[in-house]
Amino acid sequence: MTAMQTTTAAADAAVRPPPPASTAAAPTEEDVFLTLTVAGQACAVPVLAVRDVLGAHAITRIPLAPGEVAGSLNLRGRIVTALDLRLRLGLPPRDAKAPPAMSVVVEQTNELYALLVDQVGEVVPMPASGFTANPPTLDPMWREVSRGVHRQEGHLVIALDVGRVLAIG
Amino acid sequence: MDDLLVDFLTETNEGLVALDSALVRLERAPDDQPTLSEVFRLVHTIKGTCGFLGLSRLEAVAHAGENILGRYRDGTLAVTPAGITLILSALDRIKAIVSGIEASGTEPVGDDVPLIAALNAAAEGEDAPALAPAPPSAAAPPSVAPSEAPAVEAPPPASARPATSAIDEPATEVMAPNGSAPVTQQTIRVSVDVLEDLMTLVSELVLTRNQLLQLARAHQSDAFAVPLQRLSHITSDLQEGVMKTRMQPIGHAWAKLPRLVRDLSHELGKKIELDMRGAQTELDRQVLELIRDPLTHMVRNSGDHGLEKPAERRAAGKPETGRVILNAYHEGGHIIIEVGDDGRGLPVDRIRAKALANGLATEAELAQMSEREVLRFIFAAGFSTAQQVTSVSGRGVGMDVVKTNIEKIGGTVELISKEGRGTTFTIKIPLTLAIVSALIVEAGGERFALPQIGVVELVRVGAAQEGAPRIERIKDAAVLRLRDRLLPLVSLAGLLRLHAASEDQGFVAVMQVGGQAFGIILDRVFDTEEIVVKPVAPILRHITMFSGNTILGDGSVIMILDPNGIARAAGVGLDAATEEERRNLPASIDMRSNAHTSLLLFRAGDGGPKAVPLGLVARLEDIPGERIEMSGMTPVVQYRGALMPIVPISGHWMAPEGDARQPVLVFTENDRAMGLAVEEILDVLEEKLEIEPGTGRPGYIGSAVIAGRVTEVIDTAYWLSQAGDDWFRAAPSARSNAARPRLLLVEDSAFFRHLVVPVLSAAGYEVMAVESAVAAMRVREEGVPFDAIVSDIEMPDMDGLAFARAVRAGGAWSESPLIALSSRAEPADVARGREAGFTDYVAKYDRDALLRSLSECLSAPIQA
Repeated sequence: MTAMQTTTAAADAAVRPPPPASTAAAPTEEDVFLTLTVAGQACAVPVLAVRDVLGAHAITRIPLAPGEVAGSLNLRGRIVTALDLRLRLGLPPRDAKAPPAMSVVVEQTNELYALLVDQVGEVVPMPASGFTANPPTLDPMWREVSRGVHRQEGHLVIALDVGRVLAIG
Repeated sequence: MDDLLVDFLTETNEGLVALDSALVRLERAPDDQPTLSEVFRLVHTIKGTCGFLGLSRLEAVAHAGENILGRYRDGTLAVTPAGITLILSALDRIKAIVSGIEASGTEPVGDDVPLIAALNAAAEGEDAPALAPAPPSAAAPPSVAPSEAPAVEAPPPASARPATSAIDEPATEVMAPNGSAPVTQQTIRVSVDVLEDLMTLVSELVLTRNQLLQLARAHQSDAFAVPLQRLSHITSDLQEGVMKTRMQPIGHAWAKLPRLVRDLSHELGKKIELDMRGAQTELDRQVLELIRDPLTHMVRNSGDHGLEKPAERRAAGKPETGRVILNAYHEGGHIIIEVGDDGRGLPVDRIRAKALANGLATEAELAQMSEREVLRFIFAAGFSTAQQVTSVSGRGVGMDVVKTNIEKIGGTVELISKEGRGTTFTIKIPLTLAIVSALIVEAGGERFALPQIGVVELVRVGAAQEGAPRIERIKDAAVLRLRDRLLPLVSLAGLLRLHAASEDQGFVAVMQVGGQAFGIILDRVFDTEEIVVKPVAPILRHITMFSGNTILGDGSVIMILDPNGIARAAGVGLDAATEEERRNLPASIDMRSNAHTSLLLFRAGDGGPKAVPLGLVARLEDIPGERIEMSGMTPVVQYRGALMPIVPISGHWMAPEGDARQPVLVFTENDRAMGLAVEEILDVLEEKLEIEPGTGRPGYIGSAVIAGRVTEVIDTAYWLSQAGDDWFRAAPSARSNAARPRLLLVEDSAFFRHLVVPVLSAAGYEVMAVESAVAAMRVREEGVPFDAIVSDIEMPDMDGLAFARAVRAGGAWSESPLIALSSRAEPADVARGREAGFTDYVAKYDRDALLRSLSECLSAPIQA
């Protein structure tokens, strides 16, 4: 049930038109991102890559799979491979007592992948002008998957490159 | 228009589209070998197919085009724009002819001589001054090709093209409404994506249905019960239907082959017999499409290269008629297709020489290679050992196309060849999207699906049960003593690096992978379920332990184990050295099955366990009670698109209610099926079958001691007749006008006489059975005529071989077809049988093969 509700909420969020642009250049669809949180760090993925957002979901573990692979889950009859974004980004594993992870389902070359995150935020425009390049001191693992850093209402959001995040194994 | 032609047109049109773009690519990059090979292959395929369809005009044009392309590919002719133009104009001609065929069903009349002459001149003209390759390509093309090219471009418009258009275009206009109709209407091409989407939707529907059913059960609301039941039925049917759209029996890919082989035998002056087995083996449509061409190539190769001319065969002591055998079956989650012949085998020395000449290996490398490795060179591009290029084969396209196409779908192809004895190719294709029956098992706290095909039996192990087998250890290697065999064991939890539960209790799944038997240690075994194999995500493909994943009825995702991968990972498998040994293994297995029969043990009705030879049972099914309906007084079930009567063994049988499942042994006969309802399926055992004659109780042949218990062996013929009066009459009625062919069955075992006679009478033969060859000879002396004789080989006093020699030596039956029926069907035995005078050699229990062999023997006039 939770899964269904979240899905609808996210779908609503996804269809809601981005807030009217305050800047001169109206943000194109490519500039709209879905924010999410992993271990306190705000990240974002391009909203066009997102197919679904799920709440807690039964995940089947896959033995011998790379460590980042949490397992696979059934999304309405399609098998989706779940990646734990915490482990992918070298962050500590989720606390057992913490609320269950949410999944952001993305599509890559006709395959669906679910990114397990702590929290899903909202759909926000992030115009290209607000981006700064990765700071050179950034952890190399992060630099590899980050498209850049965006300033967002007083905090920094890392825009993830979905293709690179999925390039494991 | 016949189906063959329609298929050809569809294929050719696809090929032509691909050719157009490939040729343009080639023009831009003349040295691009892959493109050249692709172009060559496409043209070769068109030519090959139309040759067999008797489309001579098309074949001639394609052959001429192929000649040039062949030279391009070999590098003896430089690719020039003029040459490409010439080939493109040949393609245009092919297109014009094809559209003519589409419109009228026959080749339009037209003159291709100038075009072919130009093509040949281009091929030859470059060939003569080949000593200095550079100048000719500069000098000759301007001189030859342009002068020829205009000759093509100009004269055809003048001579051939008006001719074509005169015939062609009016034909198109007139014939199009009805002429082209069959091409579009007989089949609809649906994109696989659409089917895939449908499948997804149906899966969702199934899950929703399951949820609804669960809700309804929880709330006990009767009002919904009936419509829900209906919804449930429809959903199941829909699911089955959608799955069916993707599955096709492999026989569909074989449909063209008998004709092809027939034409081939005429063309080559050989006698060829095509033996197709396992045509019902189902596989994914997409896979089917992809193996269709390779199979055609391979059968053609077997007929052309593999089989000898009748005279050679006679000289080699073989029957004049060569056999090409196609066999398909499921094994260990794969589909195995064998294409074999009993011809001359592959010439290892010639292959070695050719590999050296082509620079594929050095002499030193060759010296170190095993025969097997040398044979694999035939899969290299442009490799052909045929000494002459015929229109059938010999251009070295076949085998590399075969390999490429098979590998494209993740398959492998192996070959075994014995000089003088024949060649067998074994294609192994994984089930990318096939429905398989799988055991749901647990190891290390996780559930997995284990395809049932590879599972020979399940053994419960542990100390808990008195007398149960125990897992023992030799140093660290776990083994199981099973009926005097030492079975190597692998722990699934260990292999998958999961936390293993107590190894002393649980189950061992005895697996047979290739020639290798081993056991997998499991913690628990739940249930069997029909699953749809879906490929795993690309980032998980490197894990060879899994062949796919699937969604179970309860909505959870489960990984599907790959028995081959497990065998390899556990080291039970097969490196090159053991593989040689493995080849020898089947022989010993066959020896054993000589004395032992696979028996299915089950419980039904009163008394002890019952048994039936497994070979007689077509399938085992577990049918939900709710699907059993009543037709009059007979319980029936809708099964594979037809009604199957259910015959209970027990006199006081009631269909189970609701979800409870009814185990059923399915027997099939032609298109009919009968289900024998039993209480429980116990086991499958290999046992020596010694039947004590029974007490005359109807339905039982007698009893035997199986696994230490007295077990009644059922009389299948009796139960089949219980399924309805017409079971045995259906086939004979078809023949009622013609005289029923008379057969003599010579068989010492009463059990087999019991099995075979009903089958043969059911198929419309009049059968006389005698219990020994000596008795048969007495029948001969009485001068009783028979249309065919079926005889056992192993018999006391006078064995089958001696009997055959005696029959052939003279007397009334010396010309009659003689079929051997034996549990030994090793090639050597078959050869011995043929030497003795048997027309054909059929394995015991292979009822279909026997019937097929009989109808072939009787339909073909006997060659004296």
